Amino acid sequence: MEIPKSFLGYKRENGRAGTRNHVIILPVDDISNACAEAVANNIKGTIALPHSYGRLQFGADLELHFRTMIGTGKNPNVAAVIVIGIEPKWTKRIVDAIATTGKPVEGFSIEGVGDIDTIAKVSKKAQEFSMWASEKQREECPLSDLWISVKCGESDTTSGLASNPTVGNLMDKLEPLGVHLCFGETSELTGAETVCEKRGKTPEAQAKFKKTWNDYNDFILKEATDDLSESQPTAGNIAGGLTTIEEKAFGNFQKIGGCQFIDVLEPAEEPTKGPGLYFMDTSSAAAECVTLQAAGGFNIHLFPTGQGNIIGNPIEPVIKLTANPLTAKTMSEHIDVDVSKILSREMNLSQAGDELIQSTIRVANGRLTCAEALGHKEFVMTKLYRSA
Amino acid sequence: MTSTDIIIHDEKDNVGVVVIEEITPNQDCNCWIMENDKSVKIQSKNQIPLGHKIAMVDLNEGDTILKYGHDIGKVVKSIKKGEHVHVHNVKTKKW
Repeated sequence: MEIPKSFLGYKRENGRAGTRNHVIILPVDDISNACAEAVANNIKGTIALPHSYGRLQFGADLELHFRTMIGTGKNPNVAAVIVIGIEPKWTKRIVDAIATTGKPVEGFSIEGVGDIDTIAKVSKKAQEFSMWASEKQREECPLSDLWISVKCGESDTTSGLASNPTVGNLMDKLEPLGVHLCFGETSELTGAETVCEKRGKTPEAQAKFKKTWNDYNDFILKEATDDLSESQPTAGNIAGGLTTIEEKAFGNFQKIGGCQFIDVLEPAEEPTKGPGLYFMDTSSAAAECVTLQAAGGFNIHLFPTGQGNIIGNPIEPVIKLTANPLTAKTMSEHIDVDVSKILSREMNLSQAGDELIQSTIRVANGRLTCAEALGHKEFVMTKLYRSA
Repeated sequence: MTSTDIIIHDEKDNVGVVVIEEITPNQDCNCWIMENDKSVKIQSKNQIPLGHKIAMVDLNEGDTILKYGHDIGKVVKSIKKGEHVHVHNVKTKKW
């Protein structure tokens, strides 16, 4: 198959391109959710991104909170941003960082004003942003404007046999075309960590991966009461035939095909080393992982599933594929791409990879994913430790 | 091409994955090895559902299970060729 050279995206002020054109109402903290949701309810064409944190955090945990907030606002799938916090200082820090992209952004704080007057003020600005964004048109963008993140969920053995290798096949074909790629899931590389480490393109990338995985493993050994057998693999994984974390890890690892990673990113960190594959240190919980990748600037997501994970994200479209014929049948409304014919050998991996590329471009051009059509908007902040 | 009941990732692997809805005891199964495109046959001893593993050889306690050509855990209860391989007879080496 000849791979298309372009897709239809929204060109942004900073040179990036979006596959979506969202106007978001971003609460800085948990107590500003009500206000953000009220505004999004008032003004059509906007979405609120409520979440559970943002108060009394400190140190690396607070930095991650800011990085996630700012990265979400900067994502090219977002046309304009309203930030609402209880206090002005943290709100302004987020607004100023998002403003570096050149996109419209405005901050509001609730203290001394109250919800009702804030909602009225913010609604006027949100209406202006929504109507402004509605005039944006899709334009032809080079394929290299795609930043593709990947993460699998509710995996079973069909994931390692077929749906993850399909994603790997897509990576092998798109990496030479200058696309940014990102995989994560530090915990779910356990058992395959030394094999993964060797996929680092440089000694620095390898060393960074090794340190990231070791830090994670030390944390597990310190915090775990007995072992992770109840969580890794999950009950769903076991029902699907996965027996150990090592088996899950080698299946997971198939998603990067033959690619080498050029750098290791902190959670929600934006890549700076140009096109190619990046590893991001993330949890393997689906919504947390995709939220972090979206905050890193990725604008389209591929999600292979075995037993049927149903996750979506408010700003980054999540394309689901499965190779499990039962899941494709029983959960068809969640599956964008069915590659189960690989198992019956009616389709080979390269054909499946081509089909996934075609679906990815259709979604980049604007086709709704199953998760979008069903209203899945899981926005979940990663918390490193308890608040002060 | 005959239908495939079981797929094996790597020639070195001592387990295969059931890719039809279910195999029944004493079923003669066609296995396909992805790595080298070879085919082998095996007779099952148990009922094994889609996605679950079958032992391609006899395995003793302490043996290593190989899948993708890599170590994915250890045998904790001996397994006969053709039997179901899962959490009841295999455990992680990690924790």
